[in-house]
Formats: sequence, C-alpha cells, structure tokens
Amino acid sequence: MLEVSSLRKSFGGVVAISDVSLSFPTASLTAIIGPNGAGKSTFFNLISGGLRPDSGSVRLNGVELVGRSRSDIIDAGIGRAFQVAQIFPTFTVEQSLLGAITAHQKRAQNIQRRFPLSEMRDRALEVAEMLGLIDKLGVTASNLSHGDQKLLDIALALVLNPKVLLLDEPTAGMGPDERWRMIDRVHELWEREKITLIFIEHDMDIVFKIAPRICVLCYGKLLAEGTPAEIRDNQAVIEAYLGTSHEGAVA
Amino acid sequence: MAPKQTTLSRDLLIAGVALLVLLILPVLWPSKALSDLIIRVSAFSLFATSLNLLVGYTGMVSFGHGMFFGFGAYCFGLSMQRLGVSIPTALLLTIALTAVLAAVVGAISIRLKEIYFAFITLAFQMLLHSLIIAWVPLTGGDQGLMGGIPRPEFLGIDFGLESNRYAFSVILMIVGLLALRHVAESPFGYTLRMIRDNPERASFLGVNVFRTKLTAFIIAGIFGAVGGVIMAMFVSGAYPEFANWTMSGEGIFMVMLGGISTFLGPTVGAVILSLLNDLITRRTEHHGIFLGVIILVFALGLRKGVTDFIADWFQARRESAGAQLKGGRQ
Repeated sequence: MLEVSSLRKSFGGVVAISDVSLSFPTASLTAIIGPNGAGKSTFFNLISGGLRPDSGSVRLNGVELVGRSRSDIIDAGIGRAFQVAQIFPTFTVEQSLLGAITAHQKRAQNIQRRFPLSEMRDRALEVAEMLGLIDKLGVTASNLSHGDQKLLDIALALVLNPKVLLLDEPTAGMGPDERWRMIDRVHELWEREKITLIFIEHDMDIVFKIAPRICVLCYGKLLAEGTPAEIRDNQAVIEAYLGTSHEGAVA
Repeated sequence: MAPKQTTLSRDLLIAGVALLVLLILPVLWPSKALSDLIIRVSAFSLFATSLNLLVGYTGMVSFGHGMFFGFGAYCFGLSMQRLGVSIPTALLLTIALTAVLAAVVGAISIRLKEIYFAFITLAFQMLLHSLIIAWVPLTGGDQGLMGGIPRPEFLGIDFGLESNRYAFSVILMIVGLLALRHVAESPFGYTLRMIRDNPERASFLGVNVFRTKLTAFIIAGIFGAVGGVIMAMFVSGAYPEFANWTMSGEGIFMVMLGGISTFLGPTVGAVILSLLNDLITRRTEHHGIFLGVIILVFALGLRKGVTDFIADWFQARRESAGAQLKGGRQ
C-alpha cells in the first residue's frame, strides 16, 4: 500500500502540490488526470524522490520515504518512467536493461569484472520479452521508434522489480493506433506483474476505459477521486477539466 | 544476441604483444629520436587516455587535467630528491598523494556542470601552477626542479641506463592502459557511459552520480599523474609547464585528434601530436600557427578524431554486410 498524506510542495510563491492525501492499494491501477500545470508530474517527482516535499508523508507498506535518498526510494520499490522517454541513447536495448539491473544491484562501482554481468541477463530478457522489445535487443536506443523508446523507458523501471510503477504519460506523442498498443501493453503488464500502477494520462478515452480508479488534480489540489462513473459525473471535474463535450466520448 | 563483451585475456594478449614490440623496437632500430618519441608518447598516452575517461566516457570536459600531470612529475621528483626513496616507492607515494588531491579537487568541482566544471578545474590547475612558480625553495620556481632527479638502482636495475628508463616508461604505459581499459569495460565503465548519456535517468536507477563521477575523477587523476612520472623520469626534472593550462589544452587536442569513441583514440592522438610537434618545430619556430591550423581543421572541418572515422567505417561495413545477409535470406 502506498500512502501519501498531506503532501505539499511550493516553488517560490507558487504552490505546486497542496495538502494532497491519497492511498493506492497494492496491485491497484490508478490514473491521475488534470489540466496542464495541475501538479501531476510534481506529484510523481515527490513520490519518486525527484523532489523533496516541503511537508507531508509518503509511505510504502508503512515505510516512510520522505527524506530518504533517491537510491533508497528505488530500493524500497518505487520505479518510474517519464513523460519524455529517459533512455541512454548510445546503449543498445540490452545494454540499457543490463546497465539498469547492474546499477540497482549495487554493482555500478564494480571494476573487477567486465560488463555485462552474465547473471543479470535472464531478467533483462524477461522484461524485454514482456514489453515486446525482444527483437530489438541489439538496436541502439537512439535508433528506436518513439513508441519503442517509451517502452524502453518503462522497461528500465520494470527491470528493477518495483512494487509501485509510476508512468508519466506513457502515450505522449503517439498516434492513435500506437497509443492503444502502448496502453494494452501497460494493462497486460499490470495484470501480469501484480504491481501498483499509477499513470498520468491526458487521453480521457484511455483513462475511462482502463483505469478502475481515477484521481483528479487541479492547481495542486486533489479535486476528486473515484471510479470512472463517479468522475464523469462529478460537476467540479466537469467544470475544471473535462467540460461537457467529453460526456459522449467517455460514455 | 548477447551484447559484445570484451575479455581480459584478449586485452592481455594485445598488451603483451604491444609491449614485446615496443621493447624489441630499439634493438632492431636503434635510434635516440625514436626511443625519445616513444617515451614522450608513453607519458602523453596515459595522460590523454585518462583525460578521455572523463571527456569521452563520463561527459566531463576538464580543462585542468594537466594539473595532475604536473603534480605527478613534481611529486615524483621531490620524493626522489628529498626523501631518497626508491623509484617504485616514489611512484606509489605519487599515486597516493594524487588520489588525495583529486578527491579534494573533484569533490568541489563535480558539483558543477559543463562549462562551470571545465572552468573550475582550470582554476585549480592555475592555482597549482602559481604555487609551483611561487614556492621557489621547494619547486625551484620557474626554473623547475634543480639538480635533476636521482635514479637509484632498484632490484639490480640501473635506471641510469637509458634502455632501462625506456623499458620502465613503456611498461608503465602498457600496464596503465591495460588498467584503464579494464576500468572502461567494467560495470563501473558502463555506469560512466550511462551518466554521460543521461545522468538523471541513471540516478533514477539507483546510481550515485556524484560518487561515481568522483571515483572516475580520482582514477583519471592518478593515471594522468603516472604520465607526469614518466615525463619526469625522461627529462630528469619537473617544470612549471607540466602543470600549465597549455598541457591540459594539448591533452584535449590529443583526445580530439585521436577520437573519443575508441579506447585507443587518445593514444593515437598522442602519437600524431608528438610527431607533428617534432616535424613542425624542426622546420619552423612558428609551430604554434601550424598546429593551430590543424586544430581548426579537426575542430571545424572534421568534427571527429581519426579513430572515430575508422570505427564509423567498420560500423558501416558491418551494417552493410548485415543488410546484404538479410536480403540474401529473403
């Protein structure tokens, strides 16, 4: 269970996240939505150690994460992928995954052996298979398509065996077909790995179709949370974000 | 397809052959000019390759790497002169003190990024250079270490003999390059590449970016200093020019000239620059102009080093062969 309590973060005079409290049960799938500037990515940064909150608490299975190093937070089980795919452009897909596992297993400072460490290969191949990258193991990351770069970004988080996986707009910059392929993979991943998956998404068709639970952030505050039906009918959410024109599309 | 893994045994074999060739060369072709050139290349090769651990592998462009070359030369020379220790002891002492210096300079500099990192390393280098000039009783000031560096025998090896000094230099170079190669191909070396490519992502995978960069800075400093030791042995002294900013500039030029994407690129750069220096200075006193033009051609025209071009050519050939094979199967 991931529990976020009274989380607050401001930048100068601008409050990015204001007293947000949410809990995410183990193996749940939750979408975070909200207009641009709502604080969604900041919320992810606060959970994953990218930013330190001004106040509040983030607990994973009862263990406090606030104040711990980024490395400790990853070890505790928080993994994340980014809005713009964060990859290693000169590495092949396989090298990227092996490098990630090496780092996670505290072998990044090892100078006794040669890279890659053979005992890490099975996990790398397993994740590559899971995300449909198995045929691209030898391809340099910078030569991958946009969609495959996003998948590699997710794979980099997944090889670390996270308990909670944060996906910041996994379909950003994709065409309609590619979006659905990506979201199908994400959904399969969640079902198969039984991890707590939280994703930020702007495409409401996707959100309402796959997320059993939705949280809405607006100007740094939690505006609403609930099932797709509850969110769709929430007057405050409609006024602040969805608008009336979307009702047909999400029905 | 498993990622290509280099093996230590293969590298040991290559290093062994290279060492053998370098040791036999003066016997087959006795020439003072050639052995002098190889000794200078040995010093610069370690200096430039260690700099490339920062520039090419980690993405940290240091303008102050000459500081370690100069520090190594002075530290070694002073240990031999003042402490009267053996050559290996002076070498180990130099390595230890350089590690401390690099740890201090690195801990301050690495917090800064890109151009600020480059300038603070340059500032530290200028500080060391000024200290060498000003501290005359210890360093001999702008005249350099006076009285020469003693060359006591060690285990029956007479370092007064030029051939032994030559062997000492090439052995240090080969062992140093082998060690740097092993570092570059280790999980640590690949972590450096991850940091170069995307430090933010690396940190989100659990890499301690600061500690890893600092370790790289210390390793690079140590091998840069060993380059200085070779040079101090060769010229039997240490001079402020070894720690001047121009030394760092030459190091960067060697890396650029030889190429940053291959391990031996900086060594090739060291060979080319040493040859150019010899050839041009023999013909004109305005050698700086000619070197400057060559630097401009590489920096503006080619934008790659010699070995980068060779590596790209092999890569293109491999890809073309792979495409043909694929086409044939279809």
